[in-house]
Amino acid sequence: MDASVTLQRLTERFGDSILETHSYRGDDTAVVKKEDIVALCTFLRDDGKLLYNFMMDLTAVDYLGREPRFEVVYHLYSLRYNRRVRIKAGVPESDCSIDSIVPVWIAADWFEREVFDLYGIAFNGHPDLRRLLLYEGFEGHPLRKDYPVKKRQPLIGPIN
Amino acid sequence: MVADLIESVAKIVFIFSINLGFFAPILGWVERKQSAVMQDRIGANRANIGKFTIIGLFHPIADAVKVLTKEDFVPAGANKFFHTLAPFICLVPAIATFSVIPFGGQYELFGHHVNLVIADLDVGILFVFALTSLATFGVVLAGWSSRSNWSLLGGLRASAQMLSYEVAMGLAIIGIIMVFGTLKLSEIGAMQENFLHWGIFIQPLGFILFFTCAVAENKRVPFDVPEAESELVAGYFTEYSGLKFVMFWMSEFLEIVTISGILTTLFLGAWHIPFVTDAMLLSFFQFAGPNGATILAMLVNIATFFAKVIFFIWLQMTIRWTLPRFRYDQVMRLCWKMILPLSLINISITGLVLLLWIK
Amino acid sequence: MSEIAKDLHTEHMVINMGPSHPVTHGTVKFLVTLDGETIEDLKVEIGYLHRGFEKMCESGTWYQVFPYTDRLNYVSPLINNVGYALAVEKLIGIDVPERCKYVRVIACELSRIADHMTNVAAGGLELGAFTAFLYFVEARELVWDLIEMLCGARVTTNYVRIGGLKNDLPDGFKQKTLEVFKRCRVLWSDVNKLLTKNRVFIDRVRDVGTMPAEEAIAYGFTGPCLRACGVPYDVRKANPYLVYDRMDFEVPIGETGDNFDKYLVRMEEINQSMRIVEQALEQLPGGPINVDMPYYRWQSKDDIYNRIDSLIFHFKTVIEGIKPPPGEVYLAVESGNGELGFYLVSDGSGKPYKCRVRPPCFPLTAAMPRMMKGRLIADIVPTFDMINMIGGECDR
Repeated sequence: MDASVTLQRLTERFGDSILETHSYRGDDTAVVKKEDIVALCTFLRDDGKLLYNFMMDLTAVDYLGREPRFEVVYHLYSLRYNRRVRIKAGVPESDCSIDSIVPVWIAADWFEREVFDLYGIAFNGHPDLRRLLLYEGFEGHPLRKDYPVKKRQPLIGPIN
Repeated sequence: MVADLIESVAKIVFIFSINLGFFAPILGWVERKQSAVMQDRIGANRANIGKFTIIGLFHPIADAVKVLTKEDFVPAGANKFFHTLAPFICLVPAIATFSVIPFGGQYELFGHHVNLVIADLDVGILFVFALTSLATFGVVLAGWSSRSNWSLLGGLRASAQMLSYEVAMGLAIIGIIMVFGTLKLSEIGAMQENFLHWGIFIQPLGFILFFTCAVAENKRVPFDVPEAESELVAGYFTEYSGLKFVMFWMSEFLEIVTISGILTTLFLGAWHIPFVTDAMLLSFFQFAGPNGATILAMLVNIATFFAKVIFFIWLQMTIRWTLPRFRYDQVMRLCWKMILPLSLINISITGLVLLLWIK
Repeated sequence: MSEIAKDLHTEHMVINMGPSHPVTHGTVKFLVTLDGETIEDLKVEIGYLHRGFEKMCESGTWYQVFPYTDRLNYVSPLINNVGYALAVEKLIGIDVPERCKYVRVIACELSRIADHMTNVAAGGLELGAFTAFLYFVEARELVWDLIEMLCGARVTTNYVRIGGLKNDLPDGFKQKTLEVFKRCRVLWSDVNKLLTKNRVFIDRVRDVGTMPAEEAIAYGFTGPCLRACGVPYDVRKANPYLVYDRMDFEVPIGETGDNFDKYLVRMEEINQSMRIVEQALEQLPGGPINVDMPYYRWQSKDDIYNRIDSLIFHFKTVIEGIKPPPGEVYLAVESGNGELGFYLVSDGSGKPYKCRVRPPCFPLTAAMPRMMKGRLIADIVPTFDMINMIGGECDR
């Protein structure tokens, strides 16, 4: 089976940090080490044969009971070649942080804040890492699998 | 002496009742209904007494009842005195301005000279300008005393806009004063007996400029930046409720009527019907005897005047429901860079024509 | 002059625009720092409409997600339904029947028309052009009548199913659609006359909210806002789904990306969508609308009451939920605001392990400070409107 151009290029360039690749249902996916995420994203954006200029989506998945527990998922799109790729980076619970890709795509700003808000994954080097959808004083991170669906939050007073 | 007194009181009562009793409440209904017609809607039609709704004409009454029973709210920290004073300063000039606008000509009735204007001032137009300037204070005070950022911004915008447009409005009108050679509104009205001598034909540019300025002075769409509801919530009257809010509202409607009255007097031949002179009117009503003919002619003139006023009201409403709103800086640019130079040009041309041809 | 200005004591004014303010429909807060009328700084705060969409999805079955998707972009719910259904179908590997694809295209485009009409109309309304607003609201009502005819609801449609649709097109739908479009075109040209060449309107929207194409891409713009910048990216053309590759339609693009271009792009897209619906109605093939896969697509009520195997399938799919194979997919559709992506992760159980939505107006709203700094406070109005931020979608 011939791997896609993107995954080939990535494996050539970052052979060591690519942990796994697959193309399930036609979606090119690469699981990478979280330390290299910024270099990898910069490469994906700037390489002449890839040119992934859109950071379409950034989210995280909580695989409770698996190591690493979290996976930060990036969906990229190349307008020039009309290609999509999914990059996944595992983040362990013990060191719950990953480098921010805001310097690569400014669009990541709010997406990273949202993941920080809902999953509690810190993004190193993010210019303004605050909660986005929830309020200051919210306890816990609701999209983690160990957050009960019906948990009540304490009442807060007006925020000044 | 007694006859003079009766005449004055009758005129004041007439103007008061037609303005406060008819125009102010009815205009709210007109605005609803006209916008409804323009927008393929039905418009207000629910207020009723028993089964009768009379196309929504009970709505003004329902509004009045609602307004009178509303809480009169003063925000915490607001300057209560000025907060209360502001709507009055807005409303009083709006009512008082109509006192110098003639709504009919001059008649000999039962040996008594009747002049259909409450106060026939020699400086009628200046009086109008003086009073409209007063209204600016009301708006600025309202914006400042409410202790709200929105109100303050609205008040600032309003003061800048109204002051600027007063300058332009004053200049726009100089042309017509030069042509008629008087500031007395009743004389200007009387001079337009001939259809071709109507101000709109003598001073077409002046008419457009003055009309624009007048709408801007009244802060109606497209010049409603001080109360732009999508930007400043409601501008300078954000923090008003109940009767005080309605006073702003009413002053706006009364100003529409006043502006229409001034426009009619200056540009649309005041109380005259096109191609019909006063003498023709009198001879037409000859059958009713001398006094009867005068009374009938007088009524026809008053009706003509108010028909024209209503036409201008309709025009302003149509503009209001057609155009979007300017941005604040565009309003100011329009005033200082378009209307002001144009009115100066208008003055120079009028002066040249008067000097070279007429003289 | 500068001497005087130096001595004057001035300070910036900080105002809270929202969350309840006439312009912040969709519930958002702008923290605006003003220097006079000029915006020195603008901070956007969202989340007032956050309902925990993903958490709710994770605690229901795959089918129970549909009503939630209605409430994402509540102006064009059918596109959300279709997007989610397509994503799940991709996960399972279903190819729906032809007729179903065409009906889905019709549903999507009707939604898009309603969405763009609402947006343009609201834009006019906020600039004070109330009449244009009501003309398009009338047109939207007519389109919503069609949607009501189609699925029985106007806003909370819940029409699409995994592997099919709730019901087929009703009788007389084609006839009604053509009538409605005739009226819509009249109203469209009325609005066009009222706004497109209106000097006041142009002054308000021209050169406001401009965005260079490269920056728009970096900010993650999609949809009409990106196309207004001159980038012809449309998911319907780039990655055709359903039967968009068989439709003849154009993708309008702008030049500068200012609000006027966004407005023009949307106005033209209304026309193109009407063309697509007409073509789809013309080409509509016969045949079933549901796949014949009893583990995924519910049986018809008739079968459930009369056949034991159907009853069993029904019981299994309702109680346990359908069980897509483990895996993950990302699927994007073109919604009214841009690329609406669904990222689904399945662990093989009856509930979605992860159901992520990529909301198109989320990056657009994030770019508000970039577009607004140094402009006047009145410019927030058209810019924010042309972004078309929908609270339900942005905050989820």
